Amino acid sequence: MVPLNHYLYLSAILFTIGAVGVFTRRNALIIYMCIELMLNAVNLTFIAFSKFLNNMDGHIFAFMIMTVAAAEAAVGLAIILAIFRNRETVNVDDINLMKG
Amino acid sequence: MSEYIPVLIMLLLGAGTAVGILVATTLIGPKKSFADKMEPFECGEHPIVSPKLRFSVKFYLVAIFFVIFDIEAVFLYPWAVLFKRLGIFGFIEMMIFLVILAVGLIYVWKRGALEWE
Amino acid sequence: MEIIIPTINLASIYPEIVVTIFAVIVLLLHAFTPHHSPGGAGKGGDHLGYISFIGIAYATFLVFTQEGGTEYSFNGLWILDNYSRFFRLIFLLGTGLTILISVKYVKDEGINHGEYYSLILFATVGMMIMGGGADLITIFLGLELMSISLYVLAGYTRNRLTSNESSLKYFLLGSFATGFLLYGIALLYGATGTTNLKGISGFISESNFGNPILIMGMVLLVVGFGFKIASVPFHMWTPDVYEGAPSPITAFMSAGPKAAAFAAFARVFFEGLPSLQGVWVDLIWILAVLTMTVGNVIALVQNNIKRMLAYSSIAHAGYVLVAFVSANELGIGGILYYMLAYTFMNIGAFGIIIVVGGKGEKRVNVDDYTGLAYRHPVAAATMSLFLFSLAGIPPTAGFMGKFYIFSAAIKSGYIGLAIIGVINSVVSVYYYLRITVAMYMKEPESAVSGAESMPSLVFSTAMIIAMVIAAYGVLRMGIFPSAYIALAQQSHLSF
Repeated sequence: MVPLNHYLYLSAILFTIGAVGVFTRRNALIIYMCIELMLNAVNLTFIAFSKFLNNMDGHIFAFMIMTVAAAEAAVGLAIILAIFRNRETVNVDDINLMKG
Repeated sequence: MSEYIPVLIMLLLGAGTAVGILVATTLIGPKKSFADKMEPFECGEHPIVSPKLRFSVKFYLVAIFFVIFDIEAVFLYPWAVLFKRLGIFGFIEMMIFLVILAVGLIYVWKRGALEWE
Repeated sequence: MEIIIPTINLASIYPEIVVTIFAVIVLLLHAFTPHHSPGGAGKGGDHLGYISFIGIAYATFLVFTQEGGTEYSFNGLWILDNYSRFFRLIFLLGTGLTILISVKYVKDEGINHGEYYSLILFATVGMMIMGGGADLITIFLGLELMSISLYVLAGYTRNRLTSNESSLKYFLLGSFATGFLLYGIALLYGATGTTNLKGISGFISESNFGNPILIMGMVLLVVGFGFKIASVPFHMWTPDVYEGAPSPITAFMSAGPKAAAFAAFARVFFEGLPSLQGVWVDLIWILAVLTMTVGNVIALVQNNIKRMLAYSSIAHAGYVLVAFVSANELGIGGILYYMLAYTFMNIGAFGIIIVVGGKGEKRVNVDDYTGLAYRHPVAAATMSLFLFSLAGIPPTAGFMGKFYIFSAAIKSGYIGLAIIGVINSVVSVYYYLRITVAMYMKEPESAVSGAESMPSLVFSTAMIIAMVIAAYGVLRMGIFPSAYIALAQQSHLSF
């Protein structure tokens, strides 16, 4: 059996890749994909702990995160589409009307 | 374990058929290479438009609705598995959940988001 | 395996159910109204707003009729206590005022849709769930219901580029923060084996609390909540989002959702992690000082009034964090009292900003307020009242709130923090009074250009009602604070 720590290391690495991606990528869609990666890393943590502790709470939490992530994806893609229709770009460096 | 033997046989048969067909086509099929066949787009037909076309935004809308309504199935599966043991309580709870989903569907419908034209 | 049906206490969630039902009704009413233009500006006028307002009023009535005492239900997922009652009143008040100041705005902007009000109501349900959640699952779901509604609302004027941009930034940074919050929750769950706040606190006090996973989880929770309450250094989304969002939504976001984030933040840390207080108090001390100072200093140089109030809102989050650090009964009461006062004064100020801004939000710079007192003395006086309150000048609610918070800090021995807070309030007086000075001390440039730059202000009836309520609240809480302080004191968390 794979020990718990390996799952935790993997999810920590995935979470970090996602978080670094949010800062380094410039395309709004890719940034959102990085955020999804973070959320799924969290899901992995929950499931690993849930199995390790033999407790169902983590499973339920992972379900909730999946549902919420789907709702967020729908709203987020709609927002990105609205920007694209008005600006013809989804590059976050170009989306900078407000400064100060 | 013996009750799983038919499953194992089915698996072997399925895998055997798939592999067998692949082997048979490579052995007995003609092997000719020509330009149309090597086209990656539209499977041998001459491409009539550029593959980098923009899809209509309507596809995208349908995809969003699919994501939203599809993910709700995740809550239906555990309920379906434990349907008998949850009894009338689980039934009512799930009906409330489904009514709320249905409200979403009615809303989407009435707003015309499901019309293709 | 026997399945145990948890105790279901519907009475403890009546207000939430009512608001949800009204949100659905408003949504469907709009969908079933025939639309003549693709934009779908509803024919019925303001009725959707008034229906939503009735829903909020009814829910408020239900909160008042709920029995007192502390009661857990839904298998420990939900708690009904004085703390959640008080916060529900703040949320409902913020939402009610927001609806009133929106009625004319949405007609002017052509966004008079059922979805607008429906999303506000759904966000309110989310906030109420955050206030009443006794389990990290409930709190997370409430937070997301609120946040997702707000992402849409921030971009609701979808043809205005700044609104689009505000929505995108809010969405990306908000979900980024959610990731941190969730990772923190996951680590807490791993360390304690439960997501229930009582269970977490029980587990930690029994075992060693030096577990690195536990500390890591707690720090990530501070980061996640820090984003949601807009504390420095997690504040970078706030100015852009507040500036670009439609003004009523900016008012809404700065009051209710911020209070909700504080409600959940305090609930998680005081009920779930009291044994780690030695660790998180120092963290939040630093956050409080940074938040107050950075918010106030950057607000000094802003010319756009919405952006200025965004930085001011960051600074106010800093004051509330001072109460948080105090971590005594007075401190919790201070959070409650301050958030109530802030709801009155900030939504009030935004009401005037909406009226002065006019159609398309054209006049949102400090210069646009020049000579307002000569043209519209009542509007100028009302605005000054709210600004005085935000600056913390007696006899207003803002003064009593700050007094309350800083005395809580001194009582807990954080004298340095209280001094930094007072210095910050003095700094903040400069930029609030800048607007007042522009309104009163400067003449409109010339009769002709003045008339061009400032057409007559139109106050709708709903707006007048909202301004009267807000002004009454600000004065009442400032002059006769004892009843509200007593209420806030009763509502502190048991810890």
